[in-house]
Amino acid sequence: MLEIASVNSFYGKAHVLSDLSFTVQRGQVAALLGRNGAGKSTTMKSIMQLVVPRSGQVRFMDRDLVGLAPHRVAKMGLGYVPEDRRIFTDLTVLENLEVGRQPAREGTVTWTRDMLFDLFPNLAERRNNRGKEMSGGEQQMLTIARTLMGNPSFVLLDEPSEGIAPVIVEQMARVILQLKSEGLTVLLSEQNLHFARAVADVAVIIEGGAQKFHGTLAELNAQPEIRDAYLSV
Amino acid sequence: MGFFIAQLLTGLANAGALFMVASGLSLIFGVTRIVNFAHGSFYMLGAYVGYSLMQVLPGAVGFWASILLAGVIVGLIGVIVEICVLRPVYRAPELFQLVATFGVILVIQDLTLMTWGAEDVLGPRAPGLTGVVRIMGEPVPKYDLALLVITPFVALGLWYLITRTRVGVLVRAATQDREMVGALGVNQSWLFTGVFFLGCALAGLGGALQLPKGGADLLMDFNILTAVFVVVVIGGMGSLPGAYLAAVLISVLGVFGVTYMPQSTLVLMFVIMVLVLMIRPYGLFGRPEVAGEHGQVGEPERPIKPAGLRARMIVAAGLAVLALMPVYGSSFALVLATDILIFCLFAASLHFILGLGGLVSFGHAAFFGGGAYVAALLVTYADTPMELALLLAPLGAGMAAIIIGWVCLRLTGVYFAMLTLAFSQLLWSLVFQWGEVTRGDDGLVNIWPSAWASGTTVYFYLSLVICTGGILFLRHAAHAPFGYALRAARDSARQAEATGIDTKRVQWAAFALAGAMAGVAGGLFVFSKGSVFPNELEIARSFDALIVVFLGGVKTLAGGVVGGVALEGVKDILTRFEYWRLALGVLIILVVIVAPDGLVGTARKLAERWGILRGAEDSK
Repeated sequence: MLEIASVNSFYGKAHVLSDLSFTVQRGQVAALLGRNGAGKSTTMKSIMQLVVPRSGQVRFMDRDLVGLAPHRVAKMGLGYVPEDRRIFTDLTVLENLEVGRQPAREGTVTWTRDMLFDLFPNLAERRNNRGKEMSGGEQQMLTIARTLMGNPSFVLLDEPSEGIAPVIVEQMARVILQLKSEGLTVLLSEQNLHFARAVADVAVIIEGGAQKFHGTLAELNAQPEIRDAYLSV
Repeated sequence: MGFFIAQLLTGLANAGALFMVASGLSLIFGVTRIVNFAHGSFYMLGAYVGYSLMQVLPGAVGFWASILLAGVIVGLIGVIVEICVLRPVYRAPELFQLVATFGVILVIQDLTLMTWGAEDVLGPRAPGLTGVVRIMGEPVPKYDLALLVITPFVALGLWYLITRTRVGVLVRAATQDREMVGALGVNQSWLFTGVFFLGCALAGLGGALQLPKGGADLLMDFNILTAVFVVVVIGGMGSLPGAYLAAVLISVLGVFGVTYMPQSTLVLMFVIMVLVLMIRPYGLFGRPEVAGEHGQVGEPERPIKPAGLRARMIVAAGLAVLALMPVYGSSFALVLATDILIFCLFAASLHFILGLGGLVSFGHAAFFGGGAYVAALLVTYADTPMELALLLAPLGAGMAAIIIGWVCLRLTGVYFAMLTLAFSQLLWSLVFQWGEVTRGDDGLVNIWPSAWASGTTVYFYLSLVICTGGILFLRHAAHAPFGYALRAARDSARQAEATGIDTKRVQWAAFALAGAMAGVAGGLFVFSKGSVFPNELEIARSFDALIVVFLGGVKTLAGGVVGGVALEGVKDILTRFEYWRLALGVLIILVVIVAPDGLVGTARKLAERWGILRGAEDSK
C-alpha cells in the first residue's frame, strides 16, 4: 500500500535520509524503529511531504506523492499524527476534532465524534475543554482522534508512546490494535521495542537515515544481534 | 450632560470604521503572520469605489448596496494582491513581506490618483439620514446613529463567524499552527486567500461607510494606518474584542480631545497607548508572541567578515571618485551627492540595528527627523552655531533613542516594529501640533551652515567626511565585541544570555547608537537644506530607510550604503515621471519576489556561482 523507494531527504545541507526504502502492506501494523536521530520523524514527514524528498519515490496506492502539497496527501487518505502532538491549544476538544474532519472516504471507516469518544472515553468528558488544559496523555489521544476524523485508510503515528504514563501507553496499544481490526494500515515510529512487539506485525529498523532491517517481528526476535546493534535496549 | 452624551455618541460612531479596518488587519495577521501595511490603502479604495458606485446607483437602496459592493470589490482587489504579491513571499522573513506590502501602498496610491484624480471627493449624504436628532438638546447627526447601530452588528457577525463556524475554527487553528492544518487536509492557500478577502473587504466596508462623514482623499491610507496600529497594539494583536474596545476608546478620546485639548489630539492617542503597554505589554486582550513558534525557515545567517584587501581598494577608489567630484561634477550633482551621503548614513544606522541586531524598527525617522529638529530648534531659538548644533543633534536623537528603546525593547518582533512606528508618530504629532515652538506644518526655515561651510563644495566635503566616518564607525562596531554580542542576541537570545551577555542592554545600547547616528544624518540634512518640515519624521521617511536596507540586502554589511545610493538614484530618475510611485512600488515588489537577498546579496550569490568570489563553504 505504501512504498518508499530510495528516498533522500535533507534539512538544509544536512543529509537525513539516504536511499531509504521499505514497503508497508495493506492491513499491516509496521513499526519504524531506530535510535534518537536515526531519521524516524523525517521519514514520517517525508511521506507526508512536510519535508520534500530531494530524490526517490513515495508511492501510496500506486501514486507518487513526492512534490504534492501536504493537504493533497492527507486528502488521499494518509493520516498524520505528529510526534510533538501539535494539538491546537486554544481550541476546545470538539473544535480540534472539527479541524480534522473530512468527508467520508470509500473503503475505510467513517469516524464520528461518538465513535471516537467510545475509543477515547477521557476525551468525551473533556469535550469542551481547551487543548492546553489537558494532560500529555489526553493530548496524545486528541491528536490521534483528530487525525481519525479525516477518515484515513493509512495512519502515520510518530512516537505514540513517547512521554506518556505507562497506563496510557497500554491504552494506546489497544487503540492501535483496534484500528488494525477496523482494517486500517498503520506505520508507527518507536524507540520502545517492547511497545512495538505488542502491536506490530513487521519492523523496519533505520540508522543514519538508511534501512538496516526489514522483516517480521518474529524474524527480528530471532536475530538479537540486530537489536543490539541498532536499538538501545 | 447632553453635550457630553452627544460627544460620546459621535465617538462611538467614529469607532466603526476604525474597528473594521483594525479587525481586518488583525485577522490577516493572525492567519498569515503578515502585517499588512497596505491595509489603509484598502480602506481608501473602499471610500473611492463606494463613491463611484453611489454616483451610479440611485436612492437609499443604491446607497447601502454601494457600501456593500465596495466591500466586496475591495475584498476581490485584496485577493489579487494576495495571489500576485504575497503568495510568493509567505516563506520569506517578516521584513520582506512588510516591504512588499509597502510596495502595494505606492501602487494603490498612484492607481487611485490616476482613476479619481488629485481632488478630494466629497462624500454623498446618506438618503433619509441627512438631518440631526436632538438628544437632550444637543444635535447628533442621524448618520452617526446609524453607524452606532451598524458597527455592533458587523462586530457580532465577525464574532459569530470566528467562534461558531467551521471556517472560524480553521482560521483559529491556522493562527496557531498552519502547517498542521495543512497536514490534516485543509488547503491553506485558499484559507489564506479567504482571510485576505475578508480582511480587505472589512477595510473597504469601513472606507465606504465613513464616506458621508469624511469623503475620500489620497491621504486617507496613511492617516488611518497610524490609528489602526494604535488600536491593534492597545487591543492586542489578533483579538476582535480587543480591537473593538480599543477603537471605541481611541475614537471617544479623540472626540473629547478635540473639544478640550484641541492642540494635543494626536499626542493623546499615543500617550494612552504607551500607558496601556506599560501595564500590559501585549495589549489589553493580546497574548505574548512565542519566539520561533511559527518556525520561520530561512537560510542561516552568514558570518560577516571585515572587508578584504580587494574590497578595501574598491571602497578607497569609490571614495577617491567621490572626493574628486567637485572637479568634474556640476553643482547640482554635488547637492545630489550630499543628499545621498546623508541618506546613506541614515540607512546604515538603521541597518546596524536591523541587520546586525535583528530589531526591525519602523520608526527610525524619529531619530533622523529628531536630530534635524534638535539642530533647527537650537539655531532658531538659541542662535547656536552650526558646529555645536551638529554635535547636539546626535546627542538629542540618542537621548530620544534611549527613552524610546527602553519602552520598545520590552517587546519583540511585530510588536516592537509597531511600537517604534507609534513612537515616531508621537514625535511627528508633537512637532506637527506644537505650533508655537515648532511652527507646525510651516516648518523651521533659515537654518544655514556657518559661513566657512556655506559653499556647496565645502558642505559636500563636510558631509563626505562625517558620513564616511559614521559609516566606518558603525562597521567597526560590527566587528568589535559589542557587534558580536549584538549578533549573538539576534541569532539566539537565550544562548547569548546563557553565555553571560545581557542581551537587552546590548540591544538598548545598539538602539541608542543607531539613533545617535541617524541624528548626525538629520543634523547634516537640516543645514544642507536650510529648513526642516514635519515630514522628515513621517512614516514615509522611516519606510524609505527600511526599503533602502532591504534593497541593499539585510544580511550584508554594505547593504545600507548600496541600497541608499540605489534608491536615491532611482528616485531621482523616477520622480521625473508623474506616476513615479507606481513605478517604484512595482519595482519594490519585483525586487522582493525576484531578488530577495537585495542588491548586494544577489550580486554576491551570482558572483559565487560564476566563480568570481569564493562561496561560504569554500572559505571555511
